[in-house]
Amino acid sequence: MAFTKASKDQKYDRQLRLWGDHGQEELENAHVCLINSTASGTEILKNLVLPGIGAFTIVDGHKVSGEDVGNNFFLSNNSIGRNRAQAATELLQELNTDVSGNFVEESPEKLLDNDPEFFHRFTLVIGVQLPESTCLRLGSVLWNANIPFLVCRTYGLVGYMRLVVKEHTVIESHPDNALEDLRLDQPFAELKNHIQSYDLEGMGKKDHSHTPWIIIVAKYLEKWFSEHNFQFPKNYKEKEAFKQLIRQGILKSEKGTPEDEENFEEAIKNVNTALNPTKISSGVDDIFNGEQCNDITSQTPTFWVMTRAVREFVHNDGGGNLPVRGSIPDMIADSEKFITLQNIYREKAMQDASVVSKHVESLLQSVGKPSESISEQDIKLFCKNAAFLRVVRCRSLAEEYSVETVNKDAITSCMDSADGEMVLYLMLRSVDRFYQQHSRYPGVYNYQVEEDISKLKLCVNSLLQEYSLNVNVKDDYIHEFCRYGASEPHTVASFLGGSAAQEAIKIITRQFVPFNNTFIYNAMSQTTATFQL
Amino acid sequence: MADTDEPEKKRRRVVELTEKMVVDGGSRDGGEWDGRWNHINTFLERPGPFTHPDFEPSTESLQFLLDTCKILVIGAGGLGCELLKDLALSGFRHIHVVDMDTIDVSNLNRQFLFRLKDVGRPKADIAADFINGRIPGCNVVPHFKKIQDFDESFYRQFHIIVCGLDSIIARRWMNGMLLSLLVYEDGVLDPSSIIPLIDGGTEGFKGNARVIFPGMTACIDCTLELYPPQINFPMCTIASMPRLPEHCVEYVRMLLWPKEKPFGDGVGLDADDPEHIQWVYQKSQERAAEFSITGVTYRLTQGVVKRIIPAVASTNAVIAAACATEVFKIASSAYIPLNNYMVFNDVDGLYTYTFEAERKENCSSCSQVPQDLHFSPSAKLQEVVDYLTENASLQMKSPAITATLEGKNKTLYLQTVASIEQRTRPNLSKSLKELGLLDGQELAVADVTTPQTLLFKLSFTS
Repeated sequence: MAFTKASKDQKYDRQLRLWGDHGQEELENAHVCLINSTASGTEILKNLVLPGIGAFTIVDGHKVSGEDVGNNFFLSNNSIGRNRAQAATELLQELNTDVSGNFVEESPEKLLDNDPEFFHRFTLVIGVQLPESTCLRLGSVLWNANIPFLVCRTYGLVGYMRLVVKEHTVIESHPDNALEDLRLDQPFAELKNHIQSYDLEGMGKKDHSHTPWIIIVAKYLEKWFSEHNFQFPKNYKEKEAFKQLIRQGILKSEKGTPEDEENFEEAIKNVNTALNPTKISSGVDDIFNGEQCNDITSQTPTFWVMTRAVREFVHNDGGGNLPVRGSIPDMIADSEKFITLQNIYREKAMQDASVVSKHVESLLQSVGKPSESISEQDIKLFCKNAAFLRVVRCRSLAEEYSVETVNKDAITSCMDSADGEMVLYLMLRSVDRFYQQHSRYPGVYNYQVEEDISKLKLCVNSLLQEYSLNVNVKDDYIHEFCRYGASEPHTVASFLGGSAAQEAIKIITRQFVPFNNTFIYNAMSQTTATFQL
Repeated sequence: MADTDEPEKKRRRVVELTEKMVVDGGSRDGGEWDGRWNHINTFLERPGPFTHPDFEPSTESLQFLLDTCKILVIGAGGLGCELLKDLALSGFRHIHVVDMDTIDVSNLNRQFLFRLKDVGRPKADIAADFINGRIPGCNVVPHFKKIQDFDESFYRQFHIIVCGLDSIIARRWMNGMLLSLLVYEDGVLDPSSIIPLIDGGTEGFKGNARVIFPGMTACIDCTLELYPPQINFPMCTIASMPRLPEHCVEYVRMLLWPKEKPFGDGVGLDADDPEHIQWVYQKSQERAAEFSITGVTYRLTQGVVKRIIPAVASTNAVIAAACATEVFKIASSAYIPLNNYMVFNDVDGLYTYTFEAERKENCSSCSQVPQDLHFSPSAKLQEVVDYLTENASLQMKSPAITATLEGKNKTLYLQTVASIEQRTRPNLSKSLKELGLLDGQELAVADVTTPQTLLFKLSFTS
């Protein structure tokens, strides 16, 4: 029984408030591939099925074992002996009838041998508990096909994720603490005129107490300029003096005591951030200087066409500044003053966006594409978020694993804290080596634990030697990783399931910023770390 | 006769309680199969270099988890569903779950134990049924109740309590309850009276998980400042100077609805009634149009009226998993538990920060230090009430104050019972001296944020 649009709105209400209807649409158009429906895999999928991913396909050649059922919510004991992909698909599908669930009873190795283009149909591929060789083979196929690849594994009390995507652009990064775009250091003409229209000294008390703090700061800045040779308050001392200047502007009662003017208090409180110079962040600057920005062709993705258009705006029309964002924070003021001020910013933003639009049009024309290929709505959204653009580029697995291009610096410097998360990464690489040599992971059976420690240590040493890593891996970690016996405890798999699913959603919706590129979770200490390897 | 009955009754109760502590209903077939607990056994049966100093590898630890260990999960919502799954798949079988809510459609995007057909049914019941059906041998016992419906005898039976609550008040109440169970002998805390509390919270893409050993580590109230009070819009903004669409909605909810009574006399605004919300939405649009404010949508209206917090499955999965890992560590002594607070945020990459929240020396809940109240004898009782509600470390909701005057227990002010509120309201404008209170006097304060009355010492300033 499928849901109607209205009931889907109800069901997904709590997440629509995070990524909007357009984000949800991206999610519903996506088809994700999961390789290996172990606990980690099914937990990741659960967190994609519940929010309504369009479709999933599980690729898994294994049969369900008793051990599998023990840690996996989506396998039941009457499926023991059956194909694991099929069994898991049934119970995952049951979670959400909006989603289309599929399975392929085949190992990824076989698919890579016989039909590597099988993977080309997916929006994203998630590989769980993959042996190193399979991981690298698949990584190469997906890299060449430009399909994002998310590698995940749970190994004892350690969780691991690796994102492999050539270039992922984000317009709506939704930063937690964004600075406002008020232009108080360089007010545009309409804002200047509006500020002029205020006469603080000549106002009645009610108006005085309900003037927006933006106007107050602007007015006192003018005063400060005239007394300080048109220089902004620069250091702490001057900013304090500036705040004092504003404070003196608070109306006084007949007795001479200052009245309660909250808007003036707001102005004083906001001086530090209001005086931040309007400028383009280095991050956005880097994006403007990106290769794709310079060479616009008919193949250029929309993101880069709009980036180029905004760059043109910055240089030709914006006086070195981005298009005005158009939003202001709430502040003590009467409705009319606030709305009027807000509209000044909004109208300027609209104006700037339409200039950007002209640039977009001419760029599209120059490569023979219709101007409708990028909508006004998209351009407006881009302009509003121009200060928060992000581009994530991950190195390929081949680069990470090659002796020539391994990130020695990152590994060595992180190993300075010998008990941080980097040693766990090296241990995961070492157990992979062990698997390559012995076709099994260390310590799976009790009797193996002791004897495997020295074997694993040889793997650690050969790994460090091969990459010329002059670091020390404590014996304790070698012992611990033998102890794990490649187990996949459910709670660690579930933590990873939540983490990985949200990264997948970020890739699919192009909202919020994915990690770059290696994430380690240590369930012993409940700590995490992200490395760029 | 009453005297001879008592010891027998007591004995029977003790036997009952002991039985309860070992096995709780277990008529279900364990349904074991080969390899079922392999993924857990590595941590219970094998020695390791990072285990807890008290840890002893044993094949019997699993039996303790399966047969004896009793866990209480508070909340069967976003975190609760995840917690139940995580615990059941970690070897815990004797689990109780408490939740006073029924299932709503908007829960279905993350509370995965519920389906469309379950809407309207009690969360605790449906959650328990689902887990018990999916995980053979697991025995989740549901309680469709408020946590305040239970007393110490209920809570005392559990080895560990995990909270997946959406209310700070409820958290503080649980915190107070576990503190009240602590036994001190000659000023020394009896460790067997400590019930560890694992607490998880989420909001959008942010979350936190913490481990509390009541009486030993920082409690909820020790770190109350970490939960800033909810900011409400000033009344003058709502009444005469709206600027944001939210102000328009609050105007309709707080001022227009009581005035127009659109669905009849005495019919309060039911945030879950779509007809009510539709009315509020329309009126909010009208209000907004009056002031040229844009942006009032149905979704925004609903969000403001219901104080909706956005939520997704992924954050709940992460935080619940961290909490469940801690439950496992503590129950098995396998590893040293989280010490003691982890925050998580995956808006930009994935960020966690783990730190040790410190105990507050004069914590109003766990420090056993009587709280001083410094007031002038001419201060009005209203000032004391304001202090109790506004102070960042106390943040009480509607404190009820009693004192012993002339040998008798007198209620100075109580808000939550209308008749008593009316009777004691005049006291608010009386001074402490007028009320007969003396320097050094003890005031007993009860509030929804704590199951136990808090004692304060009145200290007069000149």
